[in-house]
Amino acid sequence: MKLADSLKEKLGERIREINIHNERRIYLTVDVKDLLECAGILFREMDGRYIVASGADNSGSFEILYHFGFDRQGSVVSLRVLLAGKDPEVPSLSAVIPGITYIEREMWELLGIRFTGHPGLRHFLLREDWPQGNYPLRKEGATEGEKSEE
Amino acid sequence: MKNKKRVIIPIGPYHPLLEEPEFFSLYCDGETVVDVEWEAGYNHRAIEKLSESKHWDQVTFLVERICGICSTSHPFAYCNAVEDILGITVPERAKYIRSIIGEMERIHSHLLWVGLAGHFLGYNTVFMWAWKYRETILDMFEMITGNRNHYAMFRIGGVRRDIEDGDIPSLRKVLGEMEGKLEMLTRAVLDDPVLAVRLKGVGVLTRRDIKDFGAVGPVARASGVDFDVRKDDPYAAYPLVKWKVITTGNGDVFDKAVVRLLETFESVSIIRQCLDAIEGKKGEIENQVREVPAGQGIGRHEAPRGECFHYVRSDGANSPVRHKIRAPSYVNIPTFKASCTGQTISDVAIILAGVDPCYCCTERVAVYDAGNKKKLYGFPELVEMSRKKTERIIKGEMK
Amino acid sequence: MDIKKRAFKRSLWVYHLSGGSCNNCDIEILDCLTPRFDIERFGMVLVGSPRHADVLLCTGIVNKKCVERMREVYDQTAKPCVVVAVGACACSGGIFREGYQMAGPLEKIMPVDVYIPGCPPKPEAMIAGIVKLLEKIK
Repeated sequence: MKLADSLKEKLGERIREINIHNERRIYLTVDVKDLLECAGILFREMDGRYIVASGADNSGSFEILYHFGFDRQGSVVSLRVLLAGKDPEVPSLSAVIPGITYIEREMWELLGIRFTGHPGLRHFLLREDWPQGNYPLRKEGATEGEKSEE
Repeated sequence: MKNKKRVIIPIGPYHPLLEEPEFFSLYCDGETVVDVEWEAGYNHRAIEKLSESKHWDQVTFLVERICGICSTSHPFAYCNAVEDILGITVPERAKYIRSIIGEMERIHSHLLWVGLAGHFLGYNTVFMWAWKYRETILDMFEMITGNRNHYAMFRIGGVRRDIEDGDIPSLRKVLGEMEGKLEMLTRAVLDDPVLAVRLKGVGVLTRRDIKDFGAVGPVARASGVDFDVRKDDPYAAYPLVKWKVITTGNGDVFDKAVVRLLETFESVSIIRQCLDAIEGKKGEIENQVREVPAGQGIGRHEAPRGECFHYVRSDGANSPVRHKIRAPSYVNIPTFKASCTGQTISDVAIILAGVDPCYCCTERVAVYDAGNKKKLYGFPELVEMSRKKTERIIKGEMK
Repeated sequence: MDIKKRAFKRSLWVYHLSGGSCNNCDIEILDCLTPRFDIERFGMVLVGSPRHADVLLCTGIVNKKCVERMREVYDQTAKPCVVVAVGACACSGGIFREGYQMAGPLEKIMPVDVYIPGCPPKPEAMIAGIVKLLEKIK
């Protein structure tokens, strides 16, 4: 069975939108409330490999893509959730994927997305005393480096 | 009369006064490691953000400088990602050139690793030899690309420079000599009884560990996880030439060394086949790309350390609107939690080396007492302990 | 004992410090130890502690997480000492100059005596820079 069909079968109604860019690049959008379950299906049931997650600021709303490798088929399946509001929250996947804790910390400190249930949401790349509310990867109010005075 | 000079490699400062978190903090109870913490950020240079303000072609130069050792891996993955948005492939000649550069990098990176591992174990001649042989590869890079490192060979749609027929004989000569040296190094590792005792069963990662952390590359293949981007999601010239993925099953540091060494032979073979394909022929090296339409793309490359993953999004403008970069070390380094816990401190240095982290990161390793959190050792001390353990084994062997 | 006298009493002790680099400059510095370049013939030895260092070889942009550590290393280094900025990042921030992690370039954190540009500078360039320095000390 093709991977896309397998995904449709396993995830069913939870798939809000499916974008088959090509045979090896599939993007699925699901609701936040179904995220934990869908991630579990991809990671455990379908034995997908955790690659990384990428958060993005879409100027007004946020999104996270969770990328999974399906190496038998040489494919990447990216699970997308859309988050509204300036202080978005999303459940942590650390109970399902132990290694995901680091990227969640990174997405929190760079984008300001809160991961509920995360075992220890604190700075990872940035200094401990980084100004609160200063999220460098956000589009508006982005900080710049030290501009030279000359 | 001069004393015999000892060259001390500065793998790390030891600052008893400094309180800030180290890159690796290990907590130990007596001689046993009970926990490991990883704090990154010491090399964080805001590259994903910078990418959003650079033109598509400038990003190639930016990402090259993520890591000096796998300098070509990031442009490789990035170009694959943008070409995924565009839905294009590169001309055949460019495919071969890309693979040649990628495999030369694998050889030099693995040799660098062998040298450092040898150093941590107390085999300083291995360090000197491996880095000496590595120089010939860097010479070849300079000949073909103009630079020993940061070769700037990649562009979206192809490569920036051709490999001239006149250069190929030198390349072939170096490869021929390299094979003999690799043979020697490999035999030295596989046949050395001390190394067997020192490295077998040390720092084992199970398949479950690999899955939980998403580890990739030789780290994963040493545990029997048969994943290599070049085979599973083929790109460039990898599907056009014959080669095999190296996998072993024990997951210890010894196996990680074996995988890396055997991989270099495959790299030599791949380069030779690619040279055969381009020598004496002419061809386009670039599919001109004038603009990148709105869309998203994912590109990856099997870097020496494992899968290098780039996600790029375009809104049709001159720069990426989002560029997510995941280097292989990002998922390999956390495995330290699994491979170090329960091990003795004298093995920490070599287990860390097994994951092939960036050299600067090893400058920031500290061991604390799990009970009173007092700082016990820095990395130089760990390297010393590692070397002493090797010495003890040698003495035991000689009894 | 000032550095001129030290330079001739024994070899120069060199300490390497990275403030957030891609590692290329650092590897090229280590390369100087290998038989092809062999900086020992210029009377230079890499050491594992800054306390007795004569020369600080610094690479990297100085990212915000490294600032205090770098200042501390400079303070710990016996004076007089020579600070060498190795590579484009240490000299000026290079391609990372406008990033949000930039707290350098090096000269903002400590006085710099020698700039060796390049990305990375070849071992020959580094050696040439150090030799120029030695001649200046003379």
